[in-house]
Amino acid sequence: MTHDKTHPAKVIDSATGTAMVGHEWDGIEELDTPLPRWWLWTFYATIAFSLVYVVLYPAIPMLHSASTGTLGWTSRGVLADDIAHEKVEHQAIRNAIAATPIEALAANPALQRAAIEGGHAAFKVNCVQCHGSGAAGGKGYPNLNDDDWLWGGDLSAIQQTLVNGIRQPGNDATRSSLMPSFGKDGILTGAQVQDVVSHVRVLSQQDPANASSARGAQLYADNCAVCHGANGEGNRGVGAPKLSDKIWLYGGDRASLVNTVTNAHAGVMPAWTGRLDPVTIKMLAVYVHSLGGGEAAPALAAPAAPAAGAAQ
Amino acid sequence: MNMMDPNMTAAPPSLYAKRTAVFPRKIDGPFRRFKWLVMALCLAVYWGTPWIRWDRGPHAPGQAVLVDLAHRRFYMFAIEIWPQEFYFVAGMLIMAGIGLFLVTSAVGRAWCGYACPQTVWTDLYQHVDRLIDGDRNAQLRLNAAPWSPAKFARRMFKWGVYLGIAFVTGGAWIFYFADAPTLQREFWTGTAAPVAYASTGILTFTTFWLGGFMREQVCIYMCPWPRIQTAMLDENSLTVTYKHWRGEPRGSLKEAKGAASPLGDCIDCKQCVAVCPTGIDIREGPQIGCITCALCVDACDRAMASVGRPRGLIDYCTLIDSEREIKGEPARPVRKVLLRPRLIAYFAVWGGIGLALLFMLGTRERLTLSVARERNPEFVQLSGGAVRNAFTLALRNMEDRPRTLRIAAEGLPGAALYTDEMAPGAAQGTIHVTVPADSTAKVRLYAVVPAAHARQQDFTLQATPLDHEGHAVRRETHFAAPESEHEEHEEHE
Repeated sequence: MTHDKTHPAKVIDSATGTAMVGHEWDGIEELDTPLPRWWLWTFYATIAFSLVYVVLYPAIPMLHSASTGTLGWTSRGVLADDIAHEKVEHQAIRNAIAATPIEALAANPALQRAAIEGGHAAFKVNCVQCHGSGAAGGKGYPNLNDDDWLWGGDLSAIQQTLVNGIRQPGNDATRSSLMPSFGKDGILTGAQVQDVVSHVRVLSQQDPANASSARGAQLYADNCAVCHGANGEGNRGVGAPKLSDKIWLYGGDRASLVNTVTNAHAGVMPAWTGRLDPVTIKMLAVYVHSLGGGEAAPALAAPAAPAAGAAQ
Repeated sequence: MNMMDPNMTAAPPSLYAKRTAVFPRKIDGPFRRFKWLVMALCLAVYWGTPWIRWDRGPHAPGQAVLVDLAHRRFYMFAIEIWPQEFYFVAGMLIMAGIGLFLVTSAVGRAWCGYACPQTVWTDLYQHVDRLIDGDRNAQLRLNAAPWSPAKFARRMFKWGVYLGIAFVTGGAWIFYFADAPTLQREFWTGTAAPVAYASTGILTFTTFWLGGFMREQVCIYMCPWPRIQTAMLDENSLTVTYKHWRGEPRGSLKEAKGAASPLGDCIDCKQCVAVCPTGIDIREGPQIGCITCALCVDACDRAMASVGRPRGLIDYCTLIDSEREIKGEPARPVRKVLLRPRLIAYFAVWGGIGLALLFMLGTRERLTLSVARERNPEFVQLSGGAVRNAFTLALRNMEDRPRTLRIAAEGLPGAALYTDEMAPGAAQGTIHVTVPADSTAKVRLYAVVPAAHARQQDFTLQATPLDHEGHAVRRETHFAAPESEHEEHEEHE
């Protein structure tokens, strides 16, 4: 084999008939074996593919976006198609839920299951901001898992709350009531507020009866009992909380109660009609009802209990 | 060879060797008959197994061996395996692996020679060749003949038979994965799942190609197992051995007459080469192409009988015994070859795993309970002062009958239980849940503990079958309650 440094162009290795690269290290030289034909053609094919791809699909990054491609494909478009497809898929079950009265859903376990799942999905988007991801609420935002309901805990009461919201101006059917700011507006003096709070703490069995609570009892009967009931049993008709139980929306300690009586609270919830479609609202009501504190509808209370027992 | 050429003048040898077609001659003998038997057994098991019925009652499929991928169940006669019990399958695969070590150490490549599907189907296709084209010489002639309408017709017919066998082979596979009679009806009416047709198509093609055309090339070039086996073999493993010390120098009877010194026993009749399904010459010594099917032993024994010499010029023999025979000592008895520590160790491991699997199969629990505590919210304060926790129970009933279980909370005083299918007012200390046959029931369980006992505490959920068969299953879990409540009650107490 010969190696001509002045003409490195083509030196053929006599043993293999293959050209040499032209380097030499300690007498060891390297064959310039050509790429396998199949590999080369595969490589050319990928280049051809990429040219077609660049024309058809978004490919070239630019300052604010990328080239669009002649097919008009976008990943957002795929997502939109998928969502539209899912909506079509869900339409049959949504129609079935729409056609079934909310109290009758329990008789169809599959439909109820679908409604609960659909309600759960809508809850995660629309409700968790106030009521929390586990629907456990927080100060000022009711816990939806418990058995204490301000405005009623049966299916249609929950649905009514969802549809019309709470204290929504311009909505005649909204849940509405207003507790006076007894302290701030000068209806009660600071000492009277303290006495009323003492009485409320006795009603809720947090404190034993004392002189302050005895003074507060008359003030309570005059100012509070009309809504909260003579013994603090509350009134769902006006959303007046029960004061004799263990659940406090704004806190049951003395400082919180004094604040509530002095300044009053009037929590609001949006009316979901117009924001969500009726079927989604219905599913939300079923979901909230399923969280463990749902109540039977008053008229259906008697037949519902044995039906549930039989299903079990 | 060229590689040894110091001047490197000649071109290096090509790494590609064109296949020399193999046309093995028909042969009869004890090993051939054994091979027939194993082949019949393997094909019968393969084709017959999906059609065996097995009554499991109304809640489970009636097919003896079924891999139910859709429902994630594996049925094998009286055994039903759930996905989480896949370790049984893993254990069986380990047993199969160690079993192969055991067999390879003892009798060499017996798997390759007799039971490997590639061997069985190659053998089947070689019989088809002999049936249609005639024996070795006729096949050689036909192969060398130029293409003519007659040869073309004969080839098309033979490949048609190949394809038929391939289709029946590939088609049988799918019956392991669905109810065989139903699937067969669906298959022919075009209503079976696309995957059934695809599987049949792919396996038909691989059988047709690997069995009809690739044949011994699969063993020599494609299969990793011969390489592994080469490492597994030792000097005590039985391999098909040409006893060169007895056969050499070889020569035909005619040559022997004219020879100056007496020749060996090998009469160079080449029958051992003619019958070899992989086309090797065993007289060249042990080699990767030898699948140790021992057909050359049959052929050689017949040749030796015809010239009145003792059988066994080619025979199963270990390396140690070869050396003993060369030195003129007698071979060791088979019992001594088999009862050696390595084989005993393999057998012990193999048997130990088998016994362990059987033990686990006998003692496995057919009812399980798992409990997931609701953590969002951890607890719910009820208006009357009671505290409620929620749990998701997964009750898995692996038996072919529905079971009713009594759910109770042990160590949680005053607790009342209800599920999401019950009204909260119906809560009781214990409740009943029915789990359908062969399925997992998910139950959302609420536990309400009155104010007096509502504090952080561990307790045990227990599910007791009401049929009084098998024992209760229990799971430790935790009851969460507000911290302040806890302290208050401490004060009251």
